[in-house]
Amino acid sequence: MATPVVTGTAAGGDARGRARHDRAAKSGPLSRHWYAWAMVLPVVVVTLVLVGYPLVRGVALSLTDATEANMGRTIGVNVIPSTYEFIGLKNYTGALASDEFRGRFIWTIIWTICCVGLHYLLGLGLAMMLNRPMRFRAIYRVFLVLPWAVPSFVSIFIWRYLLNGEFGVINGMLRDVGLPAIGWLDDPTMAKISVIAINVWLGVPFMMLAILGGLQAIPGELYEAAEMDGASAFQRFRHITLPGLRPVSSTVVLLGTIWTFNQFAVIWLATQGGPGGETNILVTEAYRLAFQGIRDYAKSASWGILILIILSVMAVVYRRALRRHGEVW
Amino acid sequence: MRRVISAVASAAALALAVTACGGGTSSESAAPAKSVAPAEVSGEITWWDTSDATKEGPAFQDLIKDFQAKYPKIKVNYVNVPFGEAQNKYKTAAQSGSGAPDVLRTEVGWVAEFASLGYLQPLDGTPAVDKADDFLPGPASAGKYNGKTYAVPQVTDTLGLLYNKQLLSKAGVEVPKTFDELKQAALTIKQKTGVDGLALNVDSYFLLPFIYGEGGDLLNVDTKKITVASPESVKGVAVVEDLIKSGAVGKPAVSDSYVTAETAFKEGKAAMIFNGPWANTDNLAGKVFKDDPDNFGVAPVPAGSVKAAAPTGGHTYSIYAGSKNIPASELFVQFMASADSQAKIAGSLGLLPTRTSAYDMPAATANPMVGVWKTVMDTAVSRPWIPEQGQLFAPLLEGYQNIVTGKADSKAAMDAVAKKYSELLKGWSL
Repeated sequence: MATPVVTGTAAGGDARGRARHDRAAKSGPLSRHWYAWAMVLPVVVVTLVLVGYPLVRGVALSLTDATEANMGRTIGVNVIPSTYEFIGLKNYTGALASDEFRGRFIWTIIWTICCVGLHYLLGLGLAMMLNRPMRFRAIYRVFLVLPWAVPSFVSIFIWRYLLNGEFGVINGMLRDVGLPAIGWLDDPTMAKISVIAINVWLGVPFMMLAILGGLQAIPGELYEAAEMDGASAFQRFRHITLPGLRPVSSTVVLLGTIWTFNQFAVIWLATQGGPGGETNILVTEAYRLAFQGIRDYAKSASWGILILIILSVMAVVYRRALRRHGEVW
Repeated sequence: MRRVISAVASAAALALAVTACGGGTSSESAAPAKSVAPAEVSGEITWWDTSDATKEGPAFQDLIKDFQAKYPKIKVNYVNVPFGEAQNKYKTAAQSGSGAPDVLRTEVGWVAEFASLGYLQPLDGTPAVDKADDFLPGPASAGKYNGKTYAVPQVTDTLGLLYNKQLLSKAGVEVPKTFDELKQAALTIKQKTGVDGLALNVDSYFLLPFIYGEGGDLLNVDTKKITVASPESVKGVAVVEDLIKSGAVGKPAVSDSYVTAETAFKEGKAAMIFNGPWANTDNLAGKVFKDDPDNFGVAPVPAGSVKAAAPTGGHTYSIYAGSKNIPASELFVQFMASADSQAKIAGSLGLLPTRTSAYDMPAATANPMVGVWKTVMDTAVSRPWIPEQGQLFAPLLEGYQNIVTGKADSKAAMDAVAKKYSELLKGWSL
């Protein structure tokens, strides 16, 4: 969806140029569709200002050594000149060569796969259950959507206190039944499991709702016909439900991947990246670079651009794979 | 995929905010008019206080009432900003030129950084610096950068060993004076009373007494050398590692470490803790001290093989260089940092004044905590007041956490910290 925005504007400029030329012929795209272009214009301008300019600026910064200390500014009596320089791709090569980036990248991939996989499986299971007629269905639906309706920072703080090693409710219950307490957020491996659990809890309702919508769009006749032909429940699921869900699934999995890859709030609010920086994903590490001590704008911008490149490559590969399966979007 | 773009956009938006709003406000018009008498100065100023909003904030608000009675033409807007957020919030506002407070309660470790970035107004020769000789040398040095004064000390502090007198006497142990005694005492307390001997707060700042005690330090500013992985520093960190591994302290929490350790101490689940005077009001409101304040003991931090030493902390008042009300701000700082005001704060909160004269004032001596902590201040040593100070703690915290979780031993962890420092500090040697 990023590309249409860009090509859209290019086409807009094109069309405008051609319109002047075509006016005599009275059949140019602009004169024919001028109203549509006029309606689109505000969106194009806003997108350019809010997305295009910062993006270009971010790329430009990532090619310099700009920090809070060497960017020029005037504050009252203090005048500080700009002294940052163009350093080419050094930030990128530096990041890619560092253990930090590699370690964070591997963990981000594990984190994304675990979270999206569990989101989808649990979402699918719950949606299937809620899709069949039963008593109090509306009430179950409301309860299952609740985690999504609560502001996520509130949920994360609640989880953090539930998981507190010394005074948390969960460890309290474990102790009460005579089990040893677990360092949910204090041990690197447990902390990773904990943040994944929190994110799964937060993300399942969205998946469930999206899939439920997809399920209800599958015509009931298909199931009836399959049943007539003697298809087992598993066969019906395998050959009707899954293919029928594919348009919805492919979209929500892609969305979920992008959201999870950049899921800043869960990591930052639950562990601050600890213990020992072990739960930092790429975005939280980039934030650390930008906001700790004297801010390193160039380095954090280069990490941001790298994240963008990784996600773009992933999206392209994903689309190719879907197209090979006969998907058109 | 619009989200992809916005992810980068948000990274870049920062930069946008920085440059787009950099210029603008000039305070030429607000240049101090020397002829105006103090009582005639008017204006509206905003003060960001970073003290505990419910337990300490009201005492400062009372002071503001006194200030407004004295200077009715100056209006003070009191804003309490949580300490943990204040540094970032201030920097964002100060840099963009809008939204920064005229006066900030600045932690001593922030002054050099803010001053080097041009955010602070030099205060030498202004009403803000009043009776400079009266300030204690340690806190006063923290307000200076490159020979100029940028901040006026508000309170000073250091870490001490806080203890629960009942628990110590129940276990039959004396207040430990050395690291060895600390370990023995903690083991005995655990054995005799069942509660933890010492609650460890896994935080860089609280690691410093151990490093100092064995003669180490993070940096040597004179020789521009990174000493965090020196044999002395590693020996100090190893003391903590041994406390944890030997079972003298229970496995400390890594997340919410400060609150967890503090809660254990004030609930009577731990007998000792390292903490500072800022926690006085918090501790005395705890279960085991609320009805029996005498149960609360304060001693200097135990000594290592070299000395007993803890970091100098505290807060200052600084004025934003882009403030439109600099004369009013200077008067406000002068008033808030005066001996009378400091004595009042000391009296109500038990925080330590930065002026010699304030210690003897009746308002201050009324609070027994002030006298107790004054003796602890003898162990306070200066920290390196350099602009990069604020960046030193994050790598050290990571190293400390890796020791606690068993991922690295003291030597490996400190070597990793030293490597990070060498990336941060250009021109320093290992």
